[in-house]
Amino acid sequence: MREKILYVLGIVALLILAWNINAIARLPEETQQGVTFKIIFFHVPMWAAAMTAACAALLASVGFLVTKNFRFDAAAVAVTEVGLAFTTVGLVTGSIWGREIWGIWWTWDARLTSALVCWLLYAGYLMLRKAIEEPTQRATFAAVFSIFAFIDVPIVVFSIKWWRTQHPQPVFWAGGSFPPDWTTHFLWNMVAMLLFGIVMVAVRLRQEEAQREIDSLRRTAHAQ
Amino acid sequence: MGFFRQVLVIAAKDLRAELRTKEAINASLAFALVILLLFSFAFDPTEDTTREISGGLLWIVFAFAGALVLNRSFARELPNDCLDALIAAPISGAALFLGKAVANFLLVLAVELVSLPVFGIFYNVRWTSQFGELMLVLALGTWALTVIGTIFSALTVNIRLREVMLPMLTYPILVPALLGAMQLTTGLVAGKPIGPDTMAWLKMLIGFDVVYTAVSLVLVESVLVG
Repeated sequence: MREKILYVLGIVALLILAWNINAIARLPEETQQGVTFKIIFFHVPMWAAAMTAACAALLASVGFLVTKNFRFDAAAVAVTEVGLAFTTVGLVTGSIWGREIWGIWWTWDARLTSALVCWLLYAGYLMLRKAIEEPTQRATFAAVFSIFAFIDVPIVVFSIKWWRTQHPQPVFWAGGSFPPDWTTHFLWNMVAMLLFGIVMVAVRLRQEEAQREIDSLRRTAHAQ
Repeated sequence: MGFFRQVLVIAAKDLRAELRTKEAINASLAFALVILLLFSFAFDPTEDTTREISGGLLWIVFAFAGALVLNRSFARELPNDCLDALIAAPISGAALFLGKAVANFLLVLAVELVSLPVFGIFYNVRWTSQFGELMLVLALGTWALTVIGTIFSALTVNIRLREVMLPMLTYPILVPALLGAMQLTTGLVAGKPIGPDTMAWLKMLIGFDVVYTAVSLVLVESVLVG
C-alpha cells in the first residue's frame, strides 16, 4: 500500500513538472536576459528543496541523539542524500546561468561560496558515514557532524557576505517584479520539486529500513 | 577534584606525553617548514604582493600543520586501550575534551610561534609591528582550529581513513574562522592595527570560538560514550 502511494505521488510530481515545463516554455522571454531567465523556475525551487532538506536533517539528527531511535538516523541520511542531490543541481543550474549572463562559470561571490561550503559539508557527512562500520557509532557520529554542519551554515553565510555580493538579489521579496502568471508557474514548480524530493526521501527511507532488517537477520543467523 | 582541576590534569598529561616523545610536534614543525618552502616556489617570495596574501599563507600552513597535531590527540590513546580507561575515569567527557583541547592549543600555538619568525625571515616581512594584536588573532584562530580539531579527532579516532577524514571534515567547518583569521592577519602583518573595518572579523572569530566551544562541550559526551 505504502509503495503504491509513493508511486502515485511520484507520478503526480512528474506530471505537474511536465505540464509546467510545457507552460513555462510558452511564456514570453524576459526583456533583459531572454530565455536564460527561465532557469529561475528550476534553480530557486532546487535551493528551496535543498534548504528544507538541511533543516530536516538537523531535526532528524537531534532526534536521534535524544531518542537513540534508528528511524531518525534513517531519516537523516535520506534527507541529506536527497538534499545533496538538489544542492548539486542547484549549483550546476546556477553555473549555467552564470556562464550565459555573467560570462563566467563561477565567481567567488558570497552565495556561491557559501553554497559550495554547504555542499562540501554534507558530502563530508556522507563520507563520514561510509567510513564507520558499527551502526550505533555511525548514527551518533553522523548526527553530531550534521549538527556542527548546520550551525556552520549561517556563520559561513555571514562571514562571506562581507565580500561584495554578485549574486542577483531575490526577485520575490526584495521588491523585484514577477508577473502573476509567472508566479503561478513558479509555485507549481516549487510544489512539484518538493513533492519529488519527498518521494525520493521516502524511497531512500524504505531502503534504509530494509538494510537494517537484513543486517539484523544476518546477525540472528550468525548467532544461531 | 573540581572541573577545572580535571581539565588541567588531562592537559598536563597530554603535554607531558607529547614532550617526552615529541612525535606530533616535530612532525608538525617540519611539515610547516616544508610548506613554507613550497610556497616560495609558487610565487616570488620577496615581492610586495606576498605581503598582501601573507595571512592566507600563514593560516594554510597553520591549518595543515595543526591537523598533524590534532590527528595524534586521540590516536595517541589507542594503544593499550588508554582511551577506554580515560572514558571510564571519574571525570566528565567535557573535562576530558577541554583538557585535550587546551593541550592541543598550546602545541599548535608553539608550532605557529616557531613558524612566524621563519616566515618573517624567508619572506622578508616585518611582522612584529602589531605584535599584541597579532598574538590575540593567533590565539583566537588557533582556539577555533583546536576546538573543532579536537572534537573531530575524537570522532574519527576509530574509523577507517582517519588521517584523511579529519582535515576533510574540519576544514569546511573552519571556513568562517580561517577566513576571518586570514583577513585580520594580513592587515596586522602589514602593520595596520585592527580598525573599524576589520573589527567585524574579530567579532566573528570570537563568536565562532564561543559557539563551537559550547556546542562541543554539549555533544562530546555522545561522541565519547555513544
